[in-house]
Amino acid sequence: MSEAPRDEREQQSAYWRANLKVMSLLLSIWFIASFVLGILLVEPLNRAKLGGFPLGFWFAHQGSIYVFVVLILIYVVWMDRLDKRFGVD
Amino acid sequence: MATQGMGVQGWTYLLVGITFAIYIGIAIWSRVGSTAGFYVAGRGVPAIANGMATGADWMSAASFLSMAGLIAFMGYSGTIYLMGWTGGYVLLALLLAPYLRKYGKFTTSEFVGDRYYSNAARLVAAFCTIFVSFTYIAGQMRGVGLVFSRFLEVEINTGVLIGTAIVFVYATLGGMKGITYTQVAQYCVLIVAYMVPAIAISSKMTGVPIPQLGFGAALAEGQSAGVFLLEVLDQLHRDLGLPEYTAAFVPGKKSMIDVFCITLALMVGTAGLPHVLIRFFTVKNARAARWSALWALLFIGLLYTTAPAVAAFARVNLIQTLHERPYAEVPPWFESWETTGLLGFDDKNGDGLIQMSGDAGTNELTVDRDIMVLANPEIAELPAWVVGLVAAGGLAAALSTAAGLLLVIASAISHDIGKSILLPDMSAKRELWMARVAAGVAVLVAYYFGVNPPGFVAQVVAFAFGLAASSFFPILVLGVFSRRTTKEGAIAGMLGGILFTGGYISYFRLINPTATSDAWLFGISPEGIGAIGMLINFALAVTVSRFTDPPPEEVQDLVSEIRLPRSSGDEEVHVH
Repeated sequence: MSEAPRDEREQQSAYWRANLKVMSLLLSIWFIASFVLGILLVEPLNRAKLGGFPLGFWFAHQGSIYVFVVLILIYVVWMDRLDKRFGVD
Repeated sequence: MATQGMGVQGWTYLLVGITFAIYIGIAIWSRVGSTAGFYVAGRGVPAIANGMATGADWMSAASFLSMAGLIAFMGYSGTIYLMGWTGGYVLLALLLAPYLRKYGKFTTSEFVGDRYYSNAARLVAAFCTIFVSFTYIAGQMRGVGLVFSRFLEVEINTGVLIGTAIVFVYATLGGMKGITYTQVAQYCVLIVAYMVPAIAISSKMTGVPIPQLGFGAALAEGQSAGVFLLEVLDQLHRDLGLPEYTAAFVPGKKSMIDVFCITLALMVGTAGLPHVLIRFFTVKNARAARWSALWALLFIGLLYTTAPAVAAFARVNLIQTLHERPYAEVPPWFESWETTGLLGFDDKNGDGLIQMSGDAGTNELTVDRDIMVLANPEIAELPAWVVGLVAAGGLAAALSTAAGLLLVIASAISHDIGKSILLPDMSAKRELWMARVAAGVAVLVAYYFGVNPPGFVAQVVAFAFGLAASSFFPILVLGVFSRRTTKEGAIAGMLGGILFTGGYISYFRLINPTATSDAWLFGISPEGIGAIGMLINFALAVTVSRFTDPPPEEVQDLVSEIRLPRSSGDEEVHVH
């Protein structure tokens, strides 16, 4: 905001950069768990087994969804902390 | 025993009756009298309740009734729905939900209009919202009719009428507040209805009560006892001349690029669907929006990780129960489904036995994918009350999604088109009245589609996700993450994305429906083309923005403002 004091503006852009960093990290994991392990590498992974599941098939039908839930959990907890640290909550 | 005395129909009447009474009760309790109450439930919905409501809103008749059946026939490729309809919540949580909540008005189209300082952009967004939502509603009404006709043995039309009447009451009376709290109840009904038979079947077939683990376990009974269920299933498929269930990109299944693109289009489409986005406007602040995305995916994931297990159990059960069985000895459920026309037997070789085969010339059994979840408890010989519960669950899934869609249609008409463009001087009282009328009219249109399902519904469903992916998602994300994206960029991106995606789908679905997959661009089917449309939208929006004047100062300030969670917290709702 134009009328905000300089420190505050710097604080805010530091908050935004920290947010972008968390986000990029989590989105990379999102991509790997679903598109890489569940689709692109599914055939080689299927040669390995997880109990009665071919591994690639398990990622496509189960594992990716668990990863999605965990990713959002990490995100909301992490962002709660960021909000506090930068005093924007 | 009462259980025996009541039978499937008695239990269904009882359970459907109780749940409908609950929905009406909630509607009366949650009447609203303000536009904020009608559009966004007064922004007072707790994160966990919003998570449940989002789950019910999101999980439609298609998720509840059709998905496991589709997966049972697709095997591995069913992942397009499993990942495609869950992965979008990661995008929602990280890229959109907290910022749209911080923006803090009533509709997504309103955000598009304000962020891109253009009523034209808002209007395009509002029309896309209405089109996407009506496409979706037709499917919900078909689901309601299906459940009624099979389990309550009433005419499909009567079933649709009863369903419509219920939605009419709580959508026009309670608006978003009524819808939210009925959706919370509907989530509870539908998840119990989904889990109970799944747990029972998993225990019965594998001895493992958790379906997510059971379908990776060994069979507990029958001649294949001790062999892993998925191995048995792959073997059954080989015997019938079908591609193996767990195999990925073998002939007869979708190609890798197609699975990739469809999954991406569904994920991105999920994150751009107006009836999902609007749910995040109903919580207290940006932080609650993030938490409710977590709760939503947790509640949705419970069903979505169970569905592939149900699919595998149903597939094994179906083949083992019916293949090579004399037609004269079929179980009673077979006949009930046969009369609906959704299950068919054609004794091609005249031996009186049911033969299933991967070869269409000798296959004698046709099974509609929509009946697998409904028929599953009967195939597995579970008690009558479970069957009634599943019927109530299917209705909960269809009605909750239909109501959520009706509300976004009503708000697009009364708020985005009515209040902002046609009648800017309208009082809040009149706007609320207009919203109720719009919801009522939308219900009637939905009723019409339910009774006279247009033949093209199945063909245009790909439109809903394709359009959401290629029109909304990119410009919403750029609206938050790129201050430099201009009005011209956004409009060019939306139009480019819509024209490309809409044109491609129309060509293959309406203009030249006989075209084979050889004609597909890079081997991408119409279902997956939204992924490319999205990239086109992004590319156009970024490029055109570079060559046009930057957005005005106040718009750039708006972007800075929505990036910070502060001060959205505990904000009082302005009563307009």
